[in-house]
Amino acid sequence: MLVKYPRRRLADFACKIRIWTSGRAGPNLALMLRYALKRFASLIVSLIIASAVIFVVTEVAPGDPAAFMLGINAQEDTLAALRAELGLDQPKLQRYFSWVGGMLAGDFGTSYTYRTPVAEVIADRLQVSLPLALYALALSTLIAFPAGLFAAARRGRAGDLAVMGATQLGVAVPNFWFAMMAVLVFAINLRWFGAGGFAGWDAGFAAGMKSLTLPAISLALPQAAILTRVMRSALLDTLGEDYIRTARAKGLSRRQALWRHALRNALIPVLTIIGLQFSFLLAGAIIIEQVFFLPGLGRLVFQAISARDLIVVESVVMLLVFAVIVVNFVVDLAYAAVDPRLRSRI
Amino acid sequence: MKHILGPSALALMMTSGMAVAAGHGTCPGGEGSGAPITLAMQLEPPTLDPTSAAAQAIDSVVYSNIFEGLTRFMGDGSIVPGLAESWEISDDGTVYAFKLQGGVTFHDGTTMDAEDVKFSLDRARAEDSTNAQKALFAGITDVRVIDPVTVQVTLDGPNGNFLFNLAWGDAVIVAPESIDGIANNPVGTGAFKFVEWKQGDSVSITRNDAYWGNAACIEGATFKFISDPTAAFAAVMAGDVDVFSGFPAPENLPQFEADPRFQVLVGSTEGETILSTNNKMPPFDDVRVRQAVAHAIDRQAIIDGAMFGYGTPIGTHFAPHNPAYVDLTGQSNYDPDKARALLAEAGVAPGTQFKMTLPPPSYARRGGEIIAAQLRAVGLDPQIENVEWAQWLEGTFRGKDFGLTIVSHTEPMDIGIYARPDYYFQYDNPDLQALMDDLNKTTDPDARTEMLQTAQKIIADDYVNGYLFQLAALSVAKAEIVGLWTNAPTAANDLTSVYWNN
Repeated sequence: MLVKYPRRRLADFACKIRIWTSGRAGPNLALMLRYALKRFASLIVSLIIASAVIFVVTEVAPGDPAAFMLGINAQEDTLAALRAELGLDQPKLQRYFSWVGGMLAGDFGTSYTYRTPVAEVIADRLQVSLPLALYALALSTLIAFPAGLFAAARRGRAGDLAVMGATQLGVAVPNFWFAMMAVLVFAINLRWFGAGGFAGWDAGFAAGMKSLTLPAISLALPQAAILTRVMRSALLDTLGEDYIRTARAKGLSRRQALWRHALRNALIPVLTIIGLQFSFLLAGAIIIEQVFFLPGLGRLVFQAISARDLIVVESVVMLLVFAVIVVNFVVDLAYAAVDPRLRSRI
Repeated sequence: MKHILGPSALALMMTSGMAVAAGHGTCPGGEGSGAPITLAMQLEPPTLDPTSAAAQAIDSVVYSNIFEGLTRFMGDGSIVPGLAESWEISDDGTVYAFKLQGGVTFHDGTTMDAEDVKFSLDRARAEDSTNAQKALFAGITDVRVIDPVTVQVTLDGPNGNFLFNLAWGDAVIVAPESIDGIANNPVGTGAFKFVEWKQGDSVSITRNDAYWGNAACIEGATFKFISDPTAAFAAVMAGDVDVFSGFPAPENLPQFEADPRFQVLVGSTEGETILSTNNKMPPFDDVRVRQAVAHAIDRQAIIDGAMFGYGTPIGTHFAPHNPAYVDLTGQSNYDPDKARALLAEAGVAPGTQFKMTLPPPSYARRGGEIIAAQLRAVGLDPQIENVEWAQWLEGTFRGKDFGLTIVSHTEPMDIGIYARPDYYFQYDNPDLQALMDDLNKTTDPDARTEMLQTAQKIIADDYVNGYLFQLAALSVAKAEIVGLWTNAPTAANDLTSVYWNN
């Protein structure tokens, strides 16, 4: 299993603090705010470090963008002219600061190859990648929640074994293979869907969603399998807690205890996984985007790396890092919302 | 006396098939024969400006569809008049007076005249030009507007390739009014107008009804970019695309051939695929070692293994479909024993290691593995290094840090690279350099053919590089589509004479 409930010990610790602070009426909001501020500060520091690392790593990679664009017959003076045009003749440090400064002002620079503002290029791709990630995440959650609950409620019985077997398979099957099989069956044989490509939102919401359906399913299945397993074991863990025993002792049935008490408490590890999965789905759909030739962010980065469109690579990676950090920030806040004990752990 | 060169005299450069320029744009009737088509290709163009980047994908979209030059390539490789209706060449071969087609307008409605030609040529050869093939224009000393339909170009010496050079996509005519947005909004004179570029996905064009020549038959076209070979196969099979130009998975072609819904177009390209050899690096600075490598290679095994049988063996750096080609494959036949003997004679110790860089195309990656095995069989030990194009350009091409590498030289008529001693394979032969110099100044077709053949023999005798095969042009299309280029004399998907035969 991927994640071992990173907050558990802290949660136990926080529980003790809560006993200590209980009785105070109003500190919840203030504590929540302090907690959020502290998380926010670490977010800013992470972003600064990330920007420096991204810039250095991208610039160190061998390959000159101008030479790539002009090919093997380019003359030296032509290369120099293009480098000057792209601003590649300036010192690296200066380019770093103008890049960071530009981003702070909302200007990501101009793509070397496309010759359009990077912000526009990224915005275009997000129209595909963001809905695709959300679609896949929704599918994965919709599958995992009922499946996880079902398996936990029937622990050790046939239903549980069937779900666990299916998730084992879901984790093991590579999503690109599944995608290729889906194309073979649903696009080539049944003709229900196109083999790939994105219809565009201009063609209507339904057409857009239709072209994202096979990719979203291919992305969602392995994620759903992982999430189901996390959900199940988190539920089983909470079911063993004292408060569940107390609840059962008060007369709740096993199922009632599961729904009323265990589910909410099991959500923390599940939220962690969902946060990680969203970041992964946004950035990690490269292969699925290749299989379905979707103009998404992953494919953009892939193309930009081979074309040495450094500014695009740097900006997209920075944006993804930003997204991951922000998602984690939101997840941290969500913990606190789900589990009030965490607010006081400062 | 001045002589007027019509299209036929251009046969001095290329094969037959002239005067067909007027033949394009016919719509042979039939319901729906002009329906738009969806054409897929593997790589997306980085920009849509053919005059400031080397990527072939640009020409594959815009050449002859959106942009036109003074002369142009036809599908059979011949050069015919384009925006220049005719031309006169001075006796010493240095002054070209081009008479332009009248009544030509750019897609934005502005007139195409001699000023635009001057602007385009001057821009390409300017000091701050970013034209990837700036050398094409190197000999031009002056471009003068005589009247709105006459341009006079002066060269610093006779150049037998000049009209051929002007047919390249890098030499198309652009307008000063629309030059600033050309990368994303190309405005040309062609039979199709640019509509939209959904970056990462597709480029669409529509028929230009105000075209000066014969209008195209199809209403428009969408170019889709599908890089993954499996996805390419699925897109064609599912009928999502009507044509796949440059199909990336030759192993799937027999399946399309067997399917009545499709046609497979197998043609030739200008791509000499060679095992480039670092002529300055030991042990390859010894001609016996290069000869040994040549005899160690089994070309047919490479064509079969890497290209699934598609490709024509070559024995020198010249396209086999060119009338001036000399078949020299016998001179470097597969003979591993001879290779071993030559290596021993040259004193190369068995197990000698050197770097072999392989760029991404499958001819290089697949072919490289096969060649490495063949070289190991004669006692050499190539160390394979897979590189991206950007790395290849920096390390291998510019840095010259390689022993062997595999690359397809797709520029048409590029034997002249052997006269450049600083070129990456570093072949330095003054005799060949003098010959190429003479060739450039010669316009007599027979004399040129003879010189080209001598040049082919010289480089084959020196075993400059390992000559593997001429890259095939492989395309798949729906069976009803007519008028596609089978061969690829230049990177292009000329749609001006394409229609549906329903």
